[in-house]
Amino acid sequence: MDTQTLIYLFVGATFALYIGIAIWTRAGSTSEYYVASKGVHPVLNGMATGADWMSAASFISMAGIISFTGFDGSVYLMGWTGGYVLLAMCLAPYLRKFGKFTVPEFIGERYYSQTARVVAVICVIFISFTYVAGQMRGVGIVFSRYLEVDINTGVIIGMCIVFFYSVLGGMKGITYTQVAQYCVMIFAYMVPAIYISMLITGNPIPQLGFGSEVIGTGQSVLERLNGLGTELGFGVYTDGSKSTIDVFFITMALMVGTAGLPHVIVRFFTTPTVRAARLSAGYALLFIAILYTTAPAVAAFARTNLLTSIPGVEYVNAPQWVKNWEKSGLIAWLDKNGDGKIQYGPGAPFAGAPTFSAEAGAHGERQVTNAPTDAATELYVDRDIMVLANPEIADLPGWVIALIAAGGLAAALSTAAGLLLVISTSISHDLLKSNMMPNISEKQELLAARVAAGVAVVVAGLFGIYPPAFVAQVVAFAFGLAAASFFPAIVMGIFSKKMNKEGAIAGMVVGLTFTFSYIVYYKFINPTAGAADWWFGISPEGIGTLGMIFNFVVAVAVASVTSAPPERIQHLIEDIRVPRGAGAAIDH
Amino acid sequence: MSGSKEEAAKAYWKDNLRLMLWLLVVWFVVSFGCGVLFVHELNAIQFFGFPLGFWFAQQGSIYVFVAMIFFYVWKMNQYDRKHDVHEE
Repeated sequence: MDTQTLIYLFVGATFALYIGIAIWTRAGSTSEYYVASKGVHPVLNGMATGADWMSAASFISMAGIISFTGFDGSVYLMGWTGGYVLLAMCLAPYLRKFGKFTVPEFIGERYYSQTARVVAVICVIFISFTYVAGQMRGVGIVFSRYLEVDINTGVIIGMCIVFFYSVLGGMKGITYTQVAQYCVMIFAYMVPAIYISMLITGNPIPQLGFGSEVIGTGQSVLERLNGLGTELGFGVYTDGSKSTIDVFFITMALMVGTAGLPHVIVRFFTTPTVRAARLSAGYALLFIAILYTTAPAVAAFARTNLLTSIPGVEYVNAPQWVKNWEKSGLIAWLDKNGDGKIQYGPGAPFAGAPTFSAEAGAHGERQVTNAPTDAATELYVDRDIMVLANPEIADLPGWVIALIAAGGLAAALSTAAGLLLVISTSISHDLLKSNMMPNISEKQELLAARVAAGVAVVVAGLFGIYPPAFVAQVVAFAFGLAAASFFPAIVMGIFSKKMNKEGAIAGMVVGLTFTFSYIVYYKFINPTAGAADWWFGISPEGIGTLGMIFNFVVAVAVASVTSAPPERIQHLIEDIRVPRGAGAAIDH
Repeated sequence: MSGSKEEAAKAYWKDNLRLMLWLLVVWFVVSFGCGVLFVHELNAIQFFGFPLGFWFAQQGSIYVFVAMIFFYVWKMNQYDRKHDVHEE
């Protein structure tokens, strides 16, 4: 069978599986729809959380970013895993004991205030939409590259699938589909990683191969990378270029932001007991760590491959994968000095993403029409290619390539579904049922949740088809805002009996406003400002940490001069601190 | 809530906080300590083919995080029973 047939087969089979699961697990009550009746086993919940968490960005882009930035990429590895430690110890067990459906619900009840709840709902919707836009785009890209349909058709197919199982199954459907998606995704990631590790170092475990010798050179992978990097002018792979304070703040913002992301938190509402909530945080991180410890190894192998096989090679003799990915515009070559060889060094070869003229260049390459830069480098390589092209670079069989396509789609769809559920829940439960129309019946609420999910899918799809130019820029928003708003409010709600509504609302508003303004200023109003202009050298990606600190300080200060929370709130806090008495689970 | 139950809940909370603070110290040391603040000093040490600081930033901290959560789960289950606040 040729590769294209295999791709259709793999993608088709996984889609059929997801739809089958959705029909089998369709939700009949709001409890099933919002939190899968709180009956999900910790191991399964761990897998579902892993799939929910690992998005198209983790699956496709992360290894590429690390590959091109070396040590600087560590912020994502530590940031996106360390948050689970905070979740497991500071949030998950207590929120599970609280035993309701949503994050705004906790904020609203703990701070006895509808205002606090509405602020929380707005944050949830904003954060989730920011995030989901990128996922739909990811679906479109995978479709267009592997299934040879255009991006918009890809987005529409993706929308239909997500619509089907999130609207029908709610949290219950999503949970079991995510378990399947986790398996597809991790298998698709590990197979090429193991192959490549064997090929380069002879060690089948990528995490160990990462520290082993490159076959036939007597040097370890990292020594070789540092050597090659220095030779070509890229700098030392294991040293970063970001300042220590910036690395510190970005890592902290990503960790705290992870712990404050509503679609992650809500997964811990689905376990049967407090004990199971703790345990499922452990399993979630274990399942995530499998991919996250492999990613830096893949990054280093891919980089070694690229630096040894490309620079100085004549274009006509370049490996086939260069030409394959040139077709999709992810690789481009501009022969600046006219010698027919590919020069590769630091900097960009030309401004922006490549545009091509209809005619071929002197050596048969696609002729780039962008204005060249002064840098000597002639090669444009899109970062995403490090994972997508890996199977071809390593000359792996067609079914591995098909697997990557199915895995990339699983990663994007699972995250999109989790986010859409959070959006629909916030609207039907927090805005309609608890605020605007408290008298609606459970049936009506469920219908409202489904309609909201449907509308959210369409909006997300539109974002995918007409991506706002700032999609890549706004990811900093999602983490920064979650770090500066939810995390402090929830933590203080659990660990401080004195924190009152005035303090919490003031803290959230200050944290949010500060973080939002800083990001908008340095990303959109004054994007040319560099590190020298940033406060204390903290980039917009890391500013959520400062926002979080402001939130804590303001909240404590305001709470100390206003009246303590009422008696019943004190009891509520005492109650959520002990596990006994968490509502019994309903089996499915 | 009866008196002894309240006492138990208080003692449980104290144990919980102590465990949490110690684990947060470990969490901070392996990531922000070894992987960020002292990464250059540690990079002078070789560890199974890695500069040690770099290894902590891209591998070691993640392994420690996973181990920590399972340790926390195990210890908290003990505390739940010790103070008689466990779920049925």
